[in-house]
Amino acid sequence: MEKSNERILAVRRNRKRQKGMKYLLLALPFLIFVFAFCYVPLFGWIYAFFDYKMGQRFSDARFVGLANFAKLLNDRDILRVLRNTMVMSLLNILCSPLPALFAIMLNDIRSRKIKKFVQTTTTLPNFLSWIVVFGLAFSLFSSQGVVNGFLKQMNLPVSEFGLLGDGNNVWRFQLGLSIWKSLGWNTIIYMAAITGIDTELYDAAKVDGAGSLQLVRYITAPGLIPTYLVLLLLSVGNLLNNGFDQYYMFWNSMVSDKIEVLDYYIYKLGFQSNQYSYSIVIGMLKSLVSVALLFTANKISRRLRGNPLI
Amino acid sequence: MQKVTKRFRKKDTEEIILDLIRYVCITFFVLICIFPFYYVMIYSVSDPGLASKGVWLLPKGFSLETYGKLLTRNDLGLAILVSVGRTGIGTGLCVFFTSMFAFLVTRKEMPGRKIIYRYVVITMYIGAGLVPWYLTMKGYGLKDSFLLYVIPGAVNAYYMILIKTFMEQLPESLEESAAIEGAGFFTILFKIILPLSKPIIATVAVYCAVGQWNSWMDNFFLVNNTKLQTVQLILYNYLNSATALAKSMQNGGAAAAAGAMNAANAITPQSVQMTSIVITVIPVMLVYPYAQKYFTKGIMMGAVKG
Repeated sequence: MEKSNERILAVRRNRKRQKGMKYLLLALPFLIFVFAFCYVPLFGWIYAFFDYKMGQRFSDARFVGLANFAKLLNDRDILRVLRNTMVMSLLNILCSPLPALFAIMLNDIRSRKIKKFVQTTTTLPNFLSWIVVFGLAFSLFSSQGVVNGFLKQMNLPVSEFGLLGDGNNVWRFQLGLSIWKSLGWNTIIYMAAITGIDTELYDAAKVDGAGSLQLVRYITAPGLIPTYLVLLLLSVGNLLNNGFDQYYMFWNSMVSDKIEVLDYYIYKLGFQSNQYSYSIVIGMLKSLVSVALLFTANKISRRLRGNPLI
Repeated sequence: MQKVTKRFRKKDTEEIILDLIRYVCITFFVLICIFPFYYVMIYSVSDPGLASKGVWLLPKGFSLETYGKLLTRNDLGLAILVSVGRTGIGTGLCVFFTSMFAFLVTRKEMPGRKIIYRYVVITMYIGAGLVPWYLTMKGYGLKDSFLLYVIPGAVNAYYMILIKTFMEQLPESLEESAAIEGAGFFTILFKIILPLSKPIIATVAVYCAVGQWNSWMDNFFLVNNTKLQTVQLILYNYLNSATALAKSMQNGGAAAAAGAMNAANAITPQSVQMTSIVITVIPVMLVYPYAQKYFTKGIMMGAVKG
């Protein structure tokens, strides 16, 4: 009796193992694929230690040790680029409560139709490419755009090249564009967080005579803080990643001083001045610092919330 | 009694002011979001000559000539075909392979399941950078190839997490009973799991399609073949040549400006710009209202820790 039981168990175990191996075999092509497209590029980092020229074979590239890293010390542009990167990231972080605020305002609107309409219209910009956003901005803010025309008609001061070529307002303008593109989208997550708040809290507060401002202050806002914290910590990991699209699109020689962020600089080094190895050095350092920042944020999150981010 | 009504009144005015602020803010932002599209739209259907003197709230004249000329141009027509093709094929490949991979990762029998999961998730946080990416794609022979648009996105780590998280919530009893009746791996995947996962599959498909339609970096860096240009890059080129024209008008002074204006009495660079923007945006705008609930679902599921 016992023996046959054991045999059945053994057969089952065997079958399970077979099944597992089959799954593994099926997963293998996927693992190879991920390796080929996500891990193989990492091997490109080795060129950071070589003097690589495009089209060269690896065996022909000259090994230069840390010379490319030493370039960083003599690079006058890097500080300016880092400044722009940090300014853009910090300005965006500074404005990160805006979606929560918008969600609070939107949530108090009773008509569902209006709510839906507002959400539809404000989330749309998130799904446009930066090329389209540039096109729209160009039609509005260039020297011949609507805004300049309007200002001229009102006899108000006009900047000669429009906002797109206005070196003094680069950061503000880019911040405005980022907010325009992402505000509605980021509101969604807060709207959901608000629905998660216990409605009994509101009812009880209303019975006690709380006005809508007080409801926001004592119930809604505290209820949104956990969500806000998670998003804030995640954005710390992206401190150096402003993205390439936006800054590439809006780049022109009149604003170049203030618009060149790290992602743009990596492109400029690699594809305009053909300093491939140096470009790789900066890309690599950026990636490593970002991962370190993410781990730090994760640790903070564990301590603050008792939960890791990732 | 009097005191009570007074307090109520005070509160009412406060509420009214708050309501006012709220509606003003929301209306303001909605208008900011709508106006650029509206403006580009009315400009594109205006008579180009009249429009060049300024369009504000209503179209000036009516002309679809720019649309006609643009859409019959070889480069844009072909680009639309390429963009539609990459969106269709790329989305199909991505949904098929990513959901299959996600299903495999949910299999508890598979040895090293957790390691495999981490191996994929890490890739979301470590990027090799622009030049290494360029060199790798070139090394695979994807330069100047349509495959560049659809192959690298066939398995996506983020979507995999979304789908996997969803599949793990499905009741196990269903597939167990199917397995007892002798259903194999593919039968369970295609007949049971995928139909049940339709909400998340639709979400991923919509994300993927918008991503494909908007994508331009691969085209910009790796495809020079004029027959493989995407709509986005064509739009970029149109915008840029118009920018150059506008700049030359600024630098070249009044004479050049007047010349450019006269030469372009039928179709102005601006009307070309506006019309090409509309052509690029319209597919997203048409799909968007229907797809919106999936977008919302996606961001919520993304918030659930993978």
